[in-house]
Amino acid sequence: MTSLLEVRGLRASYGAVQALHGLDFSLDEGGVTTLLGANGAGKTTTLRALCAMIRTSGDILFEGRPIAGRSTEDVVRLGIAHVPQGRGTFARFSVEENLELGATTRRDKNGIRDDMDRMFATFPILEKRRTQQAGTLSGGEQQMLAVARALMLRPRLMLLDEPSFGLAPLVVRELFETLARVNREQKVSMLIVEQNADLALDLADQAYLIETGRIVLSGPSAALRQDEGVRKAYLGY
Amino acid sequence: MDLLLQQILAGLASGAIYACMALAVVMIYQAIDHLNFAQGEMAMFSTFIAWQLMQWGAPYWVAFGLTLAISFVGGVAIERVVFKPLKDAPVLSHVVVFIALFAILNSVAGFLWDFSVKPFPSPFGSGPFLGSRLIGAHQAGMIGATLVILAFLYVFFRFTRIGLAMRAAAANPESARLVGVRVGWMIALGWGMASAIGAIAGMLIAPVVFLEPNMMLSILLYGFAGAVLGGLNSPAGAVLGGFAVGVVENLAGTYIPVIGGELKLPIALFLIVGVLVVKPNGLFGRVSVQRV
Repeated sequence: MTSLLEVRGLRASYGAVQALHGLDFSLDEGGVTTLLGANGAGKTTTLRALCAMIRTSGDILFEGRPIAGRSTEDVVRLGIAHVPQGRGTFARFSVEENLELGATTRRDKNGIRDDMDRMFATFPILEKRRTQQAGTLSGGEQQMLAVARALMLRPRLMLLDEPSFGLAPLVVRELFETLARVNREQKVSMLIVEQNADLALDLADQAYLIETGRIVLSGPSAALRQDEGVRKAYLGY
Repeated sequence: MDLLLQQILAGLASGAIYACMALAVVMIYQAIDHLNFAQGEMAMFSTFIAWQLMQWGAPYWVAFGLTLAISFVGGVAIERVVFKPLKDAPVLSHVVVFIALFAILNSVAGFLWDFSVKPFPSPFGSGPFLGSRLIGAHQAGMIGATLVILAFLYVFFRFTRIGLAMRAAAANPESARLVGVRVGWMIALGWGMASAIGAIAGMLIAPVVFLEPNMMLSILLYGFAGAVLGGLNSPAGAVLGGFAVGVVENLAGTYIPVIGGELKLPIALFLIVGVLVVKPNGLFGRVSVQRV
């Protein structure tokens, strides 16, 4: 597989506090990669850095082209959809409007219509809530909406920040099944940040372990699962 | 009874001006979360541009259209040049710049066109409206124009993609960026539209109060009162608030002897303070709730 995204020496800081100390990693085209780590390790910061939501240094190559230094809006136009922590839903807007916003960068009106129908087929609950304000949806429904909104971009790469956060176990399973299906059927590559390591390792084929702003371990998910350190610290057995 | 009806109608007529200003105020407030104290002066300046164009021989509607375009571009330019670099600055910096803009526009208008009072034509004529003694044609036209602008804004924000993007940029800039909305340009567009709406307000009001650099001073205050009364994030509320302020002001001036014509202006202040104390989000404004 060729690499879709390649990151070299990524550094980022919040004021005087350095959060990322030179990260190196790459994502396979069509694959699912997970970034594991404890609270404050720099997982969210990494995703924010990829989307130019914070100031960074280092190289970020998307399909071989450097994209560091571009604005968030332009990174999105490359086909990188970020589902932020807290889902980034427009709470006062209807479900339909949220999906329309996901397609902001697109000009193909018919394609947008078709995709919207496809989303309603993939996430039937969203069709039922079509005209409802997004803020009135349950947590799981909002997460579905956030994923659907991101897919409306027709992304090459999806960045998901703690998609399981605050959801009931059953809802989480449904969500991850959907993600796996989307990855398989629509060939969308994914980078998933998760505290629920067990779940993330199931879905992902590649994994990186990040500790205080540094990658300390990487490899196929299955291999990381076997690692004693990972097992003790993140899987709990 | 006839007097009451006449006063209410006259109140609605001046209310239409306030409603127009309030709309412009709300437009900016939606985009940047601040009140633009220079809004009135921007409107005044636009009106002078229209006047100048007519002095040069342009027919009314040509001048009107050109002024709208110039004001729109001017509003966008002000945002790009002055406010974009300040976007992360604290609110006080913005207030200072608003006041600076206010003073600059006021003085430059005085310098270019002097402070003498100038007549300004009305597109609706000055006769009575449909033969009625109660309301003049210009007043009726003003009310109509305000409602047309409101309808236009409603359609624009409700049914166009760019309107949706503008709303998204205002509601949640970070998420808007993540779906690819160019938030900075949306704000600039908001400034342009507010400036153009202000220009319409200025051109409609100038036939009534006559054109001079200070013509907007008190009107902006009434516009603020209307916007606050209706709710700073509700265009329809702002329009209704503007009309209400006009009616209240007029009735109080007529029926409360101590107020008369002289003390009308404090009514606007009284309304602003009253609304802020009793119902801080205005009659139609949303209470902004935030989960923490």
